[in-house]
Amino acid sequence: MLDTLMLSRIQFAANISFHILFPTITIALGWILFYFKLRHDQTDNPVWMRAYRFWVKVFALNFALGVVSGITMSFQFGTNWPGFMETVGNIAGPLLGYEVLTAFFLEATFLGIMLFGINRVSSKVHTFSAFVVAVGTTLSAFWILSLDSWMQTPTGFEMRDGVAHVTSWLEVIFNPSFPYRLTHMLIASGLTASFFVAGLSAYRILKGDHKQAPRLALKTGLVIAALLAPIQAFVGDLHGLNTLKHQPQKVAAMEAIWETGREVPLILFAIPDEEERTNHFEVSVPYLASLILTHSVDGEIVGLDDFEGDHPPVGPVFFGFRVMVAMGLLMIAVAWSGCYYLRRRGELPVWMLRTMVAMTFSGWVATLAGWYVTEIGRQPWLVTGVLTTADAVTPLAPANVGFSLALYLIVYVILMVAYIHTLRVMALKAVAVEEFETSSPQRQGTITNLPGKTEEGQA
Amino acid sequence: MSIATMTFNEWLPVIFIGIMGLAVLVYAVLDGYDLGVGILLPMQEQDEPQRDTMIASIGPFWDANETWLVLAIGIPLIAFPSALSLMMFNLYIPVAIMLIGLIMRGVAFDFRAKAAVDHKLAWDRVFKSGSLLTALSQGYMLGQYVMGFASGWQAQMFSLLSAFGVTAAYGYIGACWVVMKTEGALQKRAVPWARRAGKATLIGVVAVSVVNPLVNPGVFDRWFTHPLIMFVLLIPTLTLAIFLVNDRLLKRLPKENDRHCRVPFFLTMGIFVLCFSGLAFSFFPEIVPGRLNIWQAASSPESLTFIFVGAAIVVPLILLYTAYSYYVFWGKATELKYH
Ligand code: HDD
Ligand code: HEM
Ligand code: HEM
Repeated sequence: MLDTLMLSRIQFAANISFHILFPTITIALGWILFYFKLRHDQTDNPVWMRAYRFWVKVFALNFALGVVSGITMSFQFGTNWPGFMETVGNIAGPLLGYEVLTAFFLEATFLGIMLFGINRVSSKVHTFSAFVVAVGTTLSAFWILSLDSWMQTPTGFEMRDGVAHVTSWLEVIFNPSFPYRLTHMLIASGLTASFFVAGLSAYRILKGDHKQAPRLALKTGLVIAALLAPIQAFVGDLHGLNTLKHQPQKVAAMEAIWETGREVPLILFAIPDEEERTNHFEVSVPYLASLILTHSVDGEIVGLDDFEGDHPPVGPVFFGFRVMVAMGLLMIAVAWSGCYYLRRRGELPVWMLRTMVAMTFSGWVATLAGWYVTEIGRQPWLVTGVLTTADAVTPLAPANVGFSLALYLIVYVILMVAYIHTLRVMALKAVAVEEFETSSPQRQGTITNLPGKTEEGQA
Repeated sequence: MSIATMTFNEWLPVIFIGIMGLAVLVYAVLDGYDLGVGILLPMQEQDEPQRDTMIASIGPFWDANETWLVLAIGIPLIAFPSALSLMMFNLYIPVAIMLIGLIMRGVAFDFRAKAAVDHKLAWDRVFKSGSLLTALSQGYMLGQYVMGFASGWQAQMFSLLSAFGVTAAYGYIGACWVVMKTEGALQKRAVPWARRAGKATLIGVVAVSVVNPLVNPGVFDRWFTHPLIMFVLLIPTLTLAIFLVNDRLLKRLPKENDRHCRVPFFLTMGIFVLCFSGLAFSFFPEIVPGRLNIWQAASSPESLTFIFVGAAIVVPLILLYTAYSYYVFWGKATELKYH
């Protein structure tokens, strides 16, 4: 039987996994939209505006899903993890509070202007709104990742009577893992959004769209991805080194290293066995783990046996890490070959377009895998060294949590189906719309090339 | 403790309960009208253009409106965590149901505009039922709160009554919003909605006001102690007066040149403010009636100061750009189209 703790963990994981899918897209898509709008303002080329108008609708859909799942998130701490707020509320509370005050109101209000104000405000104000929305989503990420990083590597506080009290807000916010996690996450968002944009645009082209806008979006997506993917691998490496310093047991689980030693091999594949505390079917490269993690062939790496009884479950962390890194490498390969074809031929061959479609949601896979590594890798702690997950959970009866979990799961499955279906419908509708590729500018200060009556759902 | 000798640290919980009260009140008014619009959505086949207009009228605002809920839940998370735990423990299931309602409402909004035409009606149904579910569960929670989370059938009956009252109140302010933001046939149609919802709200308000002092002895003493009573009775008197004035005004709407079309909305807002002050007066400084007061539940002063400084800077800004957004979308909603 599942107890309240397990059910609450599953519920939290389900809710946040669902939530993160949408912000990862919107954080970077907001900046891409701002770029489209800015380019349009500079060049007055209507193609930018058309790309903007299609993607702003996709953005709105993602944003709505992000908001409703985010509201669910903000109730979670109170409903399922009372021990969390009672122990570290002095730190978590203000960080969440600043997110609401500085980010949520900003993005929600200006999103209204961005989506509905196109005929009511000047083009400049509209561009400015797009900018503010992008800033807002990025600020959200800043605060929430600060909190999450603090839970991984807490600093800047002292415990009094079992409650954490802040000694330095700067140390709390800029805790040791925060700069790495923020950078890695923002780039992850950039990659997720760029593959998403490229994938959906490739889908439109494959369905016979002859217009310029999807080609422009495809190119934008590919170029961003090609730039970010290698940087992400580099930043990820730094992130891992930082983790090695602060949470060695997590890295040991990521690499499935059971015994402390020197000249440790890098395990490419294995099936870790927690019962026997060893790996089966191991395929490994000698010395490489020592080399990567300590930058010296005979560097010492602490193994899981040094943390017996106090380390995370090895399997999910080990496999999650491999899925993420494999995705990262795949992204580099795909984005670079895509750019190569664009340069050589000016367009992608059909098989490459199909590959892009297949990669549409690759960012989601990598992001979720990465988060599972991070969060499961912190177990059994909720706040490393301060509070265990088991101590934070609500005393509610399992039936209550089971009930709410079932509700959420049903709703999320339906929403996922509806979301993907709607994206397809939107793309197909956009294929069908015929538009003039040029049009004379309208009066000063307003946005050019808006058809007189813009109907809902058009491209 | 007496007011004169209270230190800044002792004032902090008072300030925060004030901000929290403000957030709850603003939320109830703002999300109240957009949930109300959802509840009132006419569902006949031929009503589609009117549904479009009604939903367009709340389009630019609903997301920001809902953010007030995040603030309203965020402040106790920051300032009164133990009180929040206690409330959430008792309200776990209704909270989950409310969240489902909010999810349904929020996503239907976007899906309806983008889905293939044949699914639009289905999403409108989701929109309406989501709004209804949210309003009912919020009213139910209010009832539970007033009853001090007592179990037993009386408490359940009262909570159901309160669920009905809050839903009616949202419908009331929603209908007044439609009167303000639309014109022509839809506006005419909204007037009787507003009057009916107004009457239902009045019943709900009277019921809650009678039952509350009866079940909570502390509340009774507070309302009916001598010198205060003259002053305090102003609240119910004024509330009743506004109900009557609003009903008479609505009867005459729409007037020539659409005069006074905005008045009902602001009058209803006044009712919300008065009812809220009544509740606040009943319980302050208790945060969980009969169990915890704000000083017992407060977080550490350092944390409250840290967020207080930020709030003092940011909240005025939020109000400013919120006002700007209402200014941009001032006037009738017929023109608002999702581009
Ligand atoms: C598009 C998404 C994406 C891609 C391609 C990668 N990552 Fe990643 N990774 C994330 C998205 C992500 C993430 C979801 O954003 C995580 C979870 C928490 C965090 O900080 O970032 C993460 C966590 C994370 C961690 C865990 C840190 C910790 O919790 O202590 C490490 C060591 C790496 N990454 C390393 C890498 C490496 C070496 C990559 C090489 C290609 C890589 N990541 C690609
Ligand atoms: C956004 C992407 C995130 C994902 C996909 C994610 C995923 C997860 C998962 C899978 C768990 C369960 C771990 C386990 O039970 O073994 C978990 C736990 C948790 N995470 Fe995250 N997380 C994310 C971000 C965050 C952030 C930003 C915070 C903090 C503000 C956070 C706070 C928590 C808490 C409080 C738990 C406790 C419940 C538990 O340990 O099961 N998470 N998360
Ligand atoms: C425990 C963790 C989290 C909580 C409590 C939470 C809460 C929320 C809430 C309440 C909203 C809706 C705001 C509104 O009304 O506009 C929201 C939206 C958002 N959240 Fe989260 N969130 C969490 C995790 C995350 C993470 C890990 C990220 C990104 C790294 C993130 C980024 C965003 C962004 C960018 C939005 C704006 C809406 C969107 O883009 O879809 N959140 N979140």
